Amino acid sequence: MKPPTDRGSLALGAYVYAVLAFIIVPLVIVIPMSFSQNDYLAFPPSGFTLKWYSEYFDSRQWRAATWLSVQVALLTALFASVIGTAATYAMIRGRSRLVTAFQILLIGPIIVPHIALAVGLYLFFQTIGLSGTIPGFVLAHTVLTLPFVVFTMAAALGKVDPNLEAAAMSCGATRFQAFRLITLPLVLPSLASSALFAFIISFDEPVVSFFLSGVRQKTLPRRMFEDIEQNLTPVIPAIATLLIVLSILILLGAHVLRSRSVTR
Amino acid sequence: MTEATRSHFWHSDGRRLSGLSTLLLLLPFFAIIAFVFVYPILQLLVISILEPHPTLDNYARVVDNPVHMRVLMRTLWTATLVTALSVILGFPVAYYMSRAKGTVAALVAVCVILPLWSSVLVRTAAWSFLFQRNGLVNSALMSLGLTSQPFKLLYTQSAVVISMTHVLLPFMILPIYGALRSIPNDYGRAAAVLGATPLRTFLEVILPLSLPGIVSGSLLVFLTAIGFFITPALLGSPQEMMISTLVSKQIREVLDWPFAAALVGVLTVFVTLLAVIFSKTLRFDRLMGNAS
Repeated sequence: MKPPTDRGSLALGAYVYAVLAFIIVPLVIVIPMSFSQNDYLAFPPSGFTLKWYSEYFDSRQWRAATWLSVQVALLTALFASVIGTAATYAMIRGRSRLVTAFQILLIGPIIVPHIALAVGLYLFFQTIGLSGTIPGFVLAHTVLTLPFVVFTMAAALGKVDPNLEAAAMSCGATRFQAFRLITLPLVLPSLASSALFAFIISFDEPVVSFFLSGVRQKTLPRRMFEDIEQNLTPVIPAIATLLIVLSILILLGAHVLRSRSVTR
Repeated sequence: MTEATRSHFWHSDGRRLSGLSTLLLLLPFFAIIAFVFVYPILQLLVISILEPHPTLDNYARVVDNPVHMRVLMRTLWTATLVTALSVILGFPVAYYMSRAKGTVAALVAVCVILPLWSSVLVRTAAWSFLFQRNGLVNSALMSLGLTSQPFKLLYTQSAVVISMTHVLLPFMILPIYGALRSIPNDYGRAAAVLGATPLRTFLEVILPLSLPGIVSGSLLVFLTAIGFFITPALLGSPQEMMISTLVSKQIREVLDWPFAAALVGVLTVFVTLLAVIFSKTLRFDRLMGNAS
C-alpha cells in the first residue's frame, strides 16, 4: 500500500479507538468506583472496600426490588419466547393472510416510544388493578421483548428445511411430533438465546417499570432511578458493576449458544 | 409413487399448517399485542380528543403555549444533534469494524455490542458520576489547565446530548456496519485498478453504497431520541424539559391527563409517520447482530 493510505488508516485507527473509549470508559468506570472508600463518589477512587456490596446485599429494599425484577424477567423470558416462537412458526409454516398485520404490530413496540406505552399502560392497568403487580409487569415486558424473540426465531426457523418435517409426517408423525422431535431441537439454541435476551431486556427495563411501579412493588431499575435522582449513593456503582457482569454473562451465554447452533 | 400421491405429498399439510393451527398459534401474539399495546395507546389518543368534551383544545394547548412549543423544538433539536453526532462518531467505527479481522474485529464488536445489552440506568448513572463537580470530566479539564473552576455539567442540556449519544451510538454503528459488510471487496479493488485514489473510491463507491445503513441508523437513533425519558429525567435541567419529561410531569405532578394524552398523541403520530415514510429502509432485525 502507498504511504498516504497508511497515514490515513493510522488516523482512522486513532479516531476509532477514541470513539470506542468514549463508548466503553463510562461503562467500566463504575467498577473501580464500586470499591472506593470515598463516601461522596469523587474521582479518582481511593482505598479498597466491599462495604457498598454488603450494603446492597444487606438492604431489605434493594433485595426486594431485585427479587421482583428477577421474577418478572424470568416470567417474561418464558412467555415471550413461547408466544414469539409459536407466532413465528405459524408465520413461516402457515398460510396466513395476516403477514402484513403481523409485521406492523411487531415493529410497533419498537417504534412507539416507551414513554407513550408506559403512560397508556399506567392508565389502563390502574383501572383493571394490574398496576404494580407481577402479571402487569410481565405483560408489559412481554410486549416489549416479543419483537426481539421473533427476529431471532425467524432467522433460525427460516433455515430449517420444511422437508424435514414433511418427511417425519409422511412416516406417521403428527405435526406436533414433527415440530417437537425435528424442528425444536434444531432451533433450541436460538430459542434459548432469545429467552436470555428477553430476560435481560426485562430485567433492565426502566421506563415502563417506572410508571407501573407502585409504592411497595418497585423493580430494581425503578429503585435505581430513585436513588440516582435523589441522593446518588455509592451503592449505585456496586449495583452497576453487578449488572455489567450480568450483561457480560448473558452475552457470553448467547455467544456459546450461537456457536453450537446448527441453523446458524 | 404415482403422480397423484406425489402431488399429495407436496401439497398436504406436511408443508403448510392448516388455517386453524395457524390461527391458534398466532392468537396469543395478537391477543397480547392488542390488549397490552394497541388498546392502551388508542385509549390515550381517544382521551386526547374527547376529554373534557370532544375537542382539539388539548392539541391547541401544545401549539399555542410558547413554553410547550419550546419543549417540542428542544426535543427535535436534541434528537437531531444526537443523530448527527452519532453519524460522525459512528460511521468510522462501522467502517473500521467492517474491515477488521480476527481479535481486533472481536474487540471492536464487544465494545459496540456490550453497551447495547447493559442497562440504560447504568450508563446514565455513570455519566452522572462523571459530570459531578468533582467528577472525572472536571478533574481532567482542571489538570489539563483548560479551566481553573469546575464547570457545571450535570443538569444541563449538554449532559443530556452527550449521554444520549453514548447510549444510542450502537444503534447507528450496527446498521451502517451491516450495509458496509454487504459491499463486495472487489468493488474497492476494481476502483483502485481503474486508477481511483482511496479517497475517491471511498466517496464514489463505499459512501453511496453504505447510504441505506446511514439512513436506517439515523432513523433508529432519531426515533428513539425523540421519546427518550431516562437520560433527560436524570441528567437534564427541570427548566429545559423534553417532551417525555413534560409528559411525566403532567401525569405525576399536574395530573392533567387530557393534556398528557395530547402530548403522547403528538409524539406517537409523529414517530409513526416517520416510520411509515421510511418503512423500506428500517431494518430492525439487524440489531440482533444476526445480520446474515
